[in-house]
This record gives sequence, C-alpha cells and structure tokens, in this order.
Amino acid sequence: MNRRRPGARRAKQQRAPWLVLPLAAAAVAYVAVPFVALLQRAPWSNLSDLVGRPVVIDALRLSMTTALAATGIALLLGIPLAWVLARTRFPGRSAARALVILPMVLPPVVGGAALLFAFGRRGLLGGPVYDSTGFLLPFSMWGVVAANTFVAMPFLVLTVESGLRAADPRYEDAAATLGASRSMIFRRITVPHAAPSIIAGAVLCWARALGEFGATVTFAGNLQGRTQTMPLAVFLALESDRDAAIALSLVLIAVSLAVLLPLRDRWLSV
Amino acid sequence: MKLRVLRLLAVVSVPALVLAACGGDDAASSSTPGAPADEPALDGDIAVFAAASLTDAFTELGTAFESENEDVSVEFNFGASSALREQILAGAPADVFASANTSNMDQVVDGGASTGPENFATNQLQIAVPAGNEAGVTGLDDFANADLLIGLCAAEVPCGELGREALANAGVAPSVDTNEPDVRSLLTKVEAGDLDAGIVYVTDVLAAGDAVESIDIPADENVIATYPIAALTGAADAAVADAFVEFVLSDAGQQVLDSYGFDAP
Repeated sequence: MNRRRPGARRAKQQRAPWLVLPLAAAAVAYVAVPFVALLQRAPWSNLSDLVGRPVVIDALRLSMTTALAATGIALLLGIPLAWVLARTRFPGRSAARALVILPMVLPPVVGGAALLFAFGRRGLLGGPVYDSTGFLLPFSMWGVVAANTFVAMPFLVLTVESGLRAADPRYEDAAATLGASRSMIFRRITVPHAAPSIIAGAVLCWARALGEFGATVTFAGNLQGRTQTMPLAVFLALESDRDAAIALSLVLIAVSLAVLLPLRDRWLSV
Repeated sequence: MKLRVLRLLAVVSVPALVLAACGGDDAASSSTPGAPADEPALDGDIAVFAAASLTDAFTELGTAFESENEDVSVEFNFGASSALREQILAGAPADVFASANTSNMDQVVDGGASTGPENFATNQLQIAVPAGNEAGVTGLDDFANADLLIGLCAAEVPCGELGREALANAGVAPSVDTNEPDVRSLLTKVEAGDLDAGIVYVTDVLAAGDAVESIDIPADENVIATYPIAALTGAADAAVADAFVEFVLSDAGQQVLDSYGFDAP
C-alpha cells in the first residue's frame, strides 16, 4: 500500500506553468472564503454550550456510525462492481455504469423518495417484507445507512474503477501463468494494487455519506437519537437558531478535517 | 352549511374594512383590482415570497392578478417561512412577503424590511391518515400509541409548533417516529402510507385529495395559524407590490383562498 508511483516525487518539484498557480489559488480561495465567512459568524463565546447539548452528541454519534456503516457496505458491494465494470465486457455494461452513477446526479430528495417507493412500508420490496416480518427500514438507523449507501456508493465505485483501469494488468497475467486461482489473484494482486483508489474512494464515500441530507430525511425521517444525523440537525437548527446551526456545522467540519487531514497525498494518488 | 355562510360573510366583510382603512393612501397604492378604467394601469414585475403552504392558492392568485393587469408579471418563491425570512433579511429581491406565522413576519418588520403587515388568512390543523385508515386512527389520543408510525412537523417549523400545542391541549404525549422538516414532506409520507398519522393543515389535506383522509381536531384543542402579508419597503415597484397585497385581501382574492381551505382572518 506504500508503493509510490515513480513520477510522484518529480511532479511535486516541477515549476508551475504560467497561469496555473493563480488559477489554483483562485480555486482555493473560492472554497475557502465561505468557510472563513462561516468562522467569522461563529458564536465563539457560547460555542461549548451549543455543541455540548445532547441533541448534538446524539446527531454526531449517529452520523459517524451510519457514515461508517454505509462506507463498509459500499466497500463490500462496490469493489466487486468496480472490478466487473473495469475488467469485463458484457452487453449493457455502459447502461449498468450509468445506472450506478445515477444517484450522483439525482437530487437526493428524489433518491430518498425512490427508496421509499422501493423499501417503504408499501414499497415494491418493502411492502412484502413488512407484511411477512414486520421489518421496516424507514424511520430506523438502518434507513439512514441505506440512504447514505445509495447516495455515496457511486463515489467509491467510480474511483475504484478508474484505479483498476490504470493498474498494470501484467501482474495479474503473470500470477495467472504461475497458477494462482482467480480469487487469489483478486485478493493478492488486484485489490492491493488498487488500494490507493480504494482508500480514496472510501474516503469520498464516507465524506459524502457524512454530509448526506436529502435522501436521509426523505427516506429515514428525522428523530433525535434514531435518524437525526448532523446535517438534519443543522438544517432544523437553521429554522430557529442560526448560532446553533453554525456551531453544529463547525463540529461537522472539524470531524471531517480530523479524518481528511491525516490522509497524506500518497493515500490519494490514484 | 351554517359555518360556510358565516365564513363567506367574514370573507366579504374583513377585506372591505381593510380596504377602507387603506383608503387614505395615495392613489396608486390603493388602486383595487377591477378598479375604474381611468386609473393608471399597473406596469411592472414583482417577486412574491410566500410560505410553502400557500403554493397552490397563490399560484392561482398570481395568474388572476396578471390577467387583471396585463403589464404585470408575478414571480413566486415558495418555501418555509423561516427560510424566506432569512433570504429577505439577507437582501433577496423580494417585493411581497406572505408568511405562515406572525413571528417570521415580525422579524422581517423588526429587520426594517417591511411595515404594516395585514393578516389575510387563517388555517387550522387536522389529522391526516392514509386513505383507508388501516391503523384505525380516531383522534389525537392515538398519537401516544407506540405501535403506530406517527409523524409530526419538526418543532422548529410552524406546523410542528402548532401541532405540539394541539397535542398539549389534548393532554397527549406523542410517540413520534419522525419530525419532518416541513408540512409537505410529512403529508407525502402519510399519503404513501409510510406513516399512520400526522398533524397537518386543513389546506394540505384538501390539496392531497383522495390520497389521505382527515380527522378533525376538536375546536377546543385545535390551534389557528394566522398568515400575514406585507409589501416590502425595498420593493422595486411599490405600486404593483401594494396592489398585489390588496388583491389578496380583496373579495376575489379571499374567494380563491377559501376554495383552497383557508379561513378569513
């Protein structure tokens, strides 16, 4: 996993072509200014009061758990799917990829509604399951995980697929000629080679899941301690108490940075 | 039927009083729809920021207002009253604000964005259940039943605040499964049968048609939502903004609101 591409170090020391630096600086500024504005509006004096409340603790715990669970499910299903998309040819492959990416372009609220039509109490699959077992995804923590997975998995699939496409197939070929089984090649060659893209994809997936709002509120509902994630708590706080909303956002940002900052370049060099 | 007649009387009389009270303004701002032809024709575009629960009624009002004033165009921005309030106070180009509660309007007035709001409609709460009412909900008491899937609006938005007030009036501690961010999303879940019951506005139940059934909340437990409207001080075209407000308060406007289930203030 620590293998670094030969060109990585050299690329860092290159001098930037004309206009690249100013444009890059503009990109950073464009993203940074709203965050600076948010910090400037932050209610620093009573921040600890605002973020220490049970509603915040509950929402943060739920957000962390569900985003992690969604990433786990996305890894379990998404890596095999990315492999199929990258390495096999079958009729309808483009259609399959388009379908998998669809949640990225779909307004999340629509995604949540579609999930309800599928897994709701009177849904396509949810209806028969509820009638026979009484099990219900909406309004439960698993509903949040389901919504997060639906929206965030495409980020993992796309990233891993491009990583698999960039990997040199000769290692796998060599392993095959040496008698390794297909599953052994997958575990010992393919996945380790794609590790940087898998990690990058997992991080993107987790980050998207952590910020998920529309599909979650539509499919899973909003109840403190059960389905109210941080974004939902922020949204509702905005309705009544802007200071609390900003304070909650700061917590979410801090948590994200705590995870994203330690990820060095090499983990993300797909 | 008797109630209906009383309501119509109120619809007719209150706006008349309001218009009479406005009579002292300058000619342009008091020009009523259907006014004599010798008054200068209105000309301009206005943006009306209105509460989400007004979506259907105000869309029809806008069309009617435009057809009475050929050179006028009305654009709407529907949303949660609190979100609209934030947008207006942040300088959004709004000419008229119609809020689902008085507190959001008060904040807009306090922020200097408006003067003299008028109440133009009221709304009541009703229990909405999916068509068929499989759970057999009969009243607010059922909201305490943990076996049912119960939804309310979140306490942060008007319908949630009022719904909790009604439950408190009935002495019911609800077993809530979801606090929806707005009344429409709550209604959608009831419509789809994902919830067994929710507390929404009468107007929403009416708009949902056959997909939901309604159960009345007794008058002594029910809570009335009051809707104020005001032309904003920063209106690009004050005459048109004032005229729209008066149109909403006029007999014609009130009849449209009545047809969507709103009561006169």
